[in-house]
Amino acid sequence: MAHVSMTVNGKEVSADVEDRTLLSQFLRENIGLTGTHVGCDTSQCGACVVHVDGDAVKSCTMLAAQADGSSVKTIEGLADGDTLHPVQAAFREHHGLQCGFCTPGMIMAATDMIAKHGASLTEETIRENLEGNICRCTGYHNIVKAIQAAAAEMAPAAAE
Amino acid sequence: MSAEGIGARVLRKEDKRFITGRGRYTDDIALKDMTHAAFVRSPHAHAKIVSINGSAALAAPGVVAVLTGRDLADDQIGGLICGWMIHSKDGSPMNAGAHPAIAADVAKHVGDQVAMVIAETKAQARDAAELVEVEYEELSAVVDPTQAQAAGAPQIHPEAANNLIYDWEIGNQADTDAAFASAANIVAMDVINNRLVPNALEPRAAIGSYDPAEEAFSLYNTSQNPHVARLVLSAFVGIAPEHKLRVVAPDVGGGFGSKIFIYPEETACLWASKRIGGRPVKWTADRTEAFLVDAHGRDHVTKAEMAFDANNIITGFRVSTIANIGAYMSTFSSSVPTYLYATLLSGQYNIPNIYAEVQAVYTNTAPVDAYRGAGRPEATYLLERMMETSARQLGLDPVDLRRKNFIRSFPHQTPVIMCYDAGDYDACLDSALAAADYAGFPARRAEAAARGKLRGMGFSCYIEACGIAPSQAVGSLGAGVGLWESAEVRVNPVGTIEVLTGSHSHGQGHETTFAQLVSQRLGVPTDNVQIVHGDTDKVQFGMGTYGSRSGAVGMSAISKALDKVEAKAKKIAAHLLEASEADIVIEGGEVKVAGTDKTLGFHEVALAAYTGHNLPEGMEPGLKEGAFYDPTNFTFPSGTYICEVEVDPDTGKTEIIQFVATDDFGTIINPMIVEGQVHGGLAQGIGQALLEGCSYDLESGQLLTGSFMDYCMPRADDLPSFQISTTETICPGNPLGMKGCGEAGAIGSPPAVINAITDAIGNNDLTMPATPLRVWEAANAVKAAAE
Repeated sequence: MAHVSMTVNGKEVSADVEDRTLLSQFLRENIGLTGTHVGCDTSQCGACVVHVDGDAVKSCTMLAAQADGSSVKTIEGLADGDTLHPVQAAFREHHGLQCGFCTPGMIMAATDMIAKHGASLTEETIRENLEGNICRCTGYHNIVKAIQAAAAEMAPAAAE
Repeated sequence: MSAEGIGARVLRKEDKRFITGRGRYTDDIALKDMTHAAFVRSPHAHAKIVSINGSAALAAPGVVAVLTGRDLADDQIGGLICGWMIHSKDGSPMNAGAHPAIAADVAKHVGDQVAMVIAETKAQARDAAELVEVEYEELSAVVDPTQAQAAGAPQIHPEAANNLIYDWEIGNQADTDAAFASAANIVAMDVINNRLVPNALEPRAAIGSYDPAEEAFSLYNTSQNPHVARLVLSAFVGIAPEHKLRVVAPDVGGGFGSKIFIYPEETACLWASKRIGGRPVKWTADRTEAFLVDAHGRDHVTKAEMAFDANNIITGFRVSTIANIGAYMSTFSSSVPTYLYATLLSGQYNIPNIYAEVQAVYTNTAPVDAYRGAGRPEATYLLERMMETSARQLGLDPVDLRRKNFIRSFPHQTPVIMCYDAGDYDACLDSALAAADYAGFPARRAEAAARGKLRGMGFSCYIEACGIAPSQAVGSLGAGVGLWESAEVRVNPVGTIEVLTGSHSHGQGHETTFAQLVSQRLGVPTDNVQIVHGDTDKVQFGMGTYGSRSGAVGMSAISKALDKVEAKAKKIAAHLLEASEADIVIEGGEVKVAGTDKTLGFHEVALAAYTGHNLPEGMEPGLKEGAFYDPTNFTFPSGTYICEVEVDPDTGKTEIIQFVATDDFGTIINPMIVEGQVHGGLAQGIGQALLEGCSYDLESGQLLTGSFMDYCMPRADDLPSFQISTTETICPGNPLGMKGCGEAGAIGSPPAVINAITDAIGNNDLTMPATPLRVWEAANAVKAAAE
C-alpha cells in the first residue's frame, strides 16, 4: 500500500491505495471524480486526460503514487463556478460533442494545446495534436472548430 | 413557430453535464455493498471445456464467488436469443445453435466466457480470475466465412450442419437469369466487405442488483434499448418477470448498434446478484474485452454481376453473398445480411430484375450483428462499386451511367420488397457535383500528375431504409418484435412538460431535438421541457434507438401524443373563454380564440386542467396523453457523396483532398445536430475504407486486432474537414416528414473513397481497408502489367 496526497482541483486529498493504483482509478474510485473516463487499456484513447502540475497527461498511464505531492486538475475543476471555461463553452457552441464520453479528455487536451501554442494553433496543428484522443462520434470536424474558436478567443488573454 | 422550434440550430440541453464532467455513465454508478465481476475467457478459438477448478480462486483475497456455466444451467437460466427468424430457400427455419451466457461444454471463440469471478474489488476479481484452472481440449477452428462449409471444417453447433445457418434468397431468379441471357454487356466483380469493430468509446458495463425484500432485479446497463433488454431477459432468459425487473440505461457513451444487443455479461451479473444473496455485481469491459466479445460488424464476401442492354440501361443484378455470423447468433444478427441488406440492392436505380442469395455461416469468431448502417452499407458498397466499375468497363462517365438509370417517379416498387416513397436523386447529385467542382477535376488531376501524384474522384449515390416498419410487415418477415415507438406527454400544473419516450439517446441529442418539437407545437421554451428516457420504471415500453428510427418513429409518437394534449387543451380553453372549440388556436405559448384578444397562457390551461374547478361537463381532470406510433412504411434517405483523393505512387499513401456529402433527410429538426451525425458517419465510413479491419489468424483463430494499438481507429489527422449540405423531399410516411440521418455517412462513404482510389491508380481490384501497402501493390500491378 502507498499513502498518496495531492491537490485535486484546489482541494487537498489523500488516501491509502494499492501500489498499482492508477491515477485515473484514484480519481474515479477513491475521490469520486467520475468525469475522468477510461476508454482503453493502451494509452490510446485519451478520455482520461487531466492536468498534472499544469501539463496534460493520460491519467491511465500514471500511478497515483507518481502524482503524490502534485497539483491535479480534472474536468470537474475547469469551470469557474457556473462560468464555463472558454474551451468548454466552445465545445457546446460548436457541437464538439455527442455522447460526451471522450469530451472530458478532449477538453483537457485542448486547453493544454491552446496554452502551449496560443494563437498560432492552425487546423493542421490541432489535428496532429489530437492524435492521442479518439472520438467515435463527431468525426473530429466540430472538435477542431471548437478548439480553433476557443484558441482565437483566448489568444488576446494569452498574449497579455 | 417558436425560435427553438423545427429547423432551429438550438444548442444542446444535455451538453452542460458532459462538458463539466457530470455525465452519469454506468461505470460511474456505485451501489451500496457492490461487488465486482471478472470473466475467465477462452484463450482458444474452439475448445472442449474438460474441467474447471475454481478452488484456488475462491480462496484468494476478497473473492465472493466463482460461477460457471453449470451453475447457470442448474438455476435454469435460459440462453440468449436471436430475435429475427429467417427461413431458407427450402422453407426451413434458420439453424440457430444454443447461446449460453457462460459456456459450459465448448468454448466457440477466443474470449468466450467460461467462468465468472466475483470479488470485493475489481482488482481482486481480476487477480482471482487468473487462478481459475480450466482444462481445455483444443479443437480445430474456422474463422474465414468462405471456408466454414468446406469439407473437414470443424462443426461449431450441432444444430447447424456444415455451419450453415440459412441459405436465403430474395427476388426472381428466373426473370433475372433471363435478363442476363439477353444482356448486351455483363459486368462481374467480387467484393469483400471488411469486418469492423464498433468501438463506441464507452466500454460496455453492467450492474446487476437483486433486492430480496422486493424479490425484484435492477440492471444498470450500457444499452440502446432498455425495454427490449428487459423483454428478452424476462421472456426468454427467464431472469424474472417484467414487473420484477427494472432496466436503466443512463448516459451511454456511443452505441453504433453494438449496444442494441443483449449480451452474456449483463445476463450473468443479474443472475449472480441473486445467487450471492443480493449484493450488486458490477462488470465494466476493458477495451480488449470490447474487441473480443462486442458484436462486430459487416464481414461479407460477395460475387455479383450486372446486366446492361445496348443503351447501358441496367436489366438485371445477380448477387451471391456469404455472411459471417460469428460463433453465436447475436440478437438481430440474422436480419442484417437479409432484410437490411438485399432489400437495398436496387439503390437509386430502376433495376427490373434482381436476384440475391445469402448464406449465413457460423465461424469461431465473435458474434457479428448490426453496426452503423447494418446491411445497408454492405448493399451500397457492392452496388456503388459495381456502378463505377461498370462505367469504366463500358467506357462511360460514372455520373452519366447513374443518371441514365435513376428512378424518377414515386412511389417506386423495387423487385426486392421496398417501395420508395419520395426522393429527388438528380437534385442531390447536381448539388454534390457543383460543390466538388466536377468540371474542374481534369485540370486538378493534370496538376497533380505534374507533381508525380495520382488524383482520383469517386462517387456514391446511396439510398437507405430507416425506421423499419410497420410492425405487421416486419412481423411477416420474421421480426420477433414490433417496430413502433411510444411517447407520453405530461403537462405539469405549472405548464412545464415532461416527455417520456421509448427512444434512447446515446449521443444523438434527443433531449434537445425532442424538446424542439414540443416547443414548436406548444410555444413553450425548450428549457421548460424535460425528456425522460432510458428507464423501464419511468417509461412503460419502447423499442429504443437504432436504425436511424428515433426521429421518424420516436418523434412521430411524441407528435401523436401532442395532438391529444392540444385537443384537450383546446376543449378546456374553449370552455373557459366561452368560445367554440374550433376557433381555438395554440400559438407562442398562448391558447387563444383566433382573431380576438381572448387568450389564456398555456400554463393557465394546464393549471385549470389540474384544479378541475371549472372543466367542461364530464371531462376528466389532468393533462397527460400517450401514444403508440407505428409507421406505414420505411423511410428512404438518399444522397450523393463525392470523394477526391491523391495517392502517392511511391508509398501508396492516400490523402483525402475533399469529401462532399449531399443528403436528403426530409424534414430536419436541428441542422447542427444533423450535421454532427453526418460528420460522425463519414468518419466511420472513411475509417472502414482506409483504416479499419478486424483480423483473425486463419489457423489459430486468435484475434490479431485486439486493441487500439493494432486496430486502426480514425484519428483527427486521418480525416479532412467535410463539405456537407442537404436537399429536401418530404417523407410522406410520417407526420413530421422526417427520414433519418444517423447512419447515412457510414453507408454512403466507403464506396466513394474506394472508387476515388481505384480511379486514381487505374486498378479496380482493391480491398478495404485500402492501406498504403494494398494501394501501392494495386498501383504497381497496373504498372507491371503495362511494362
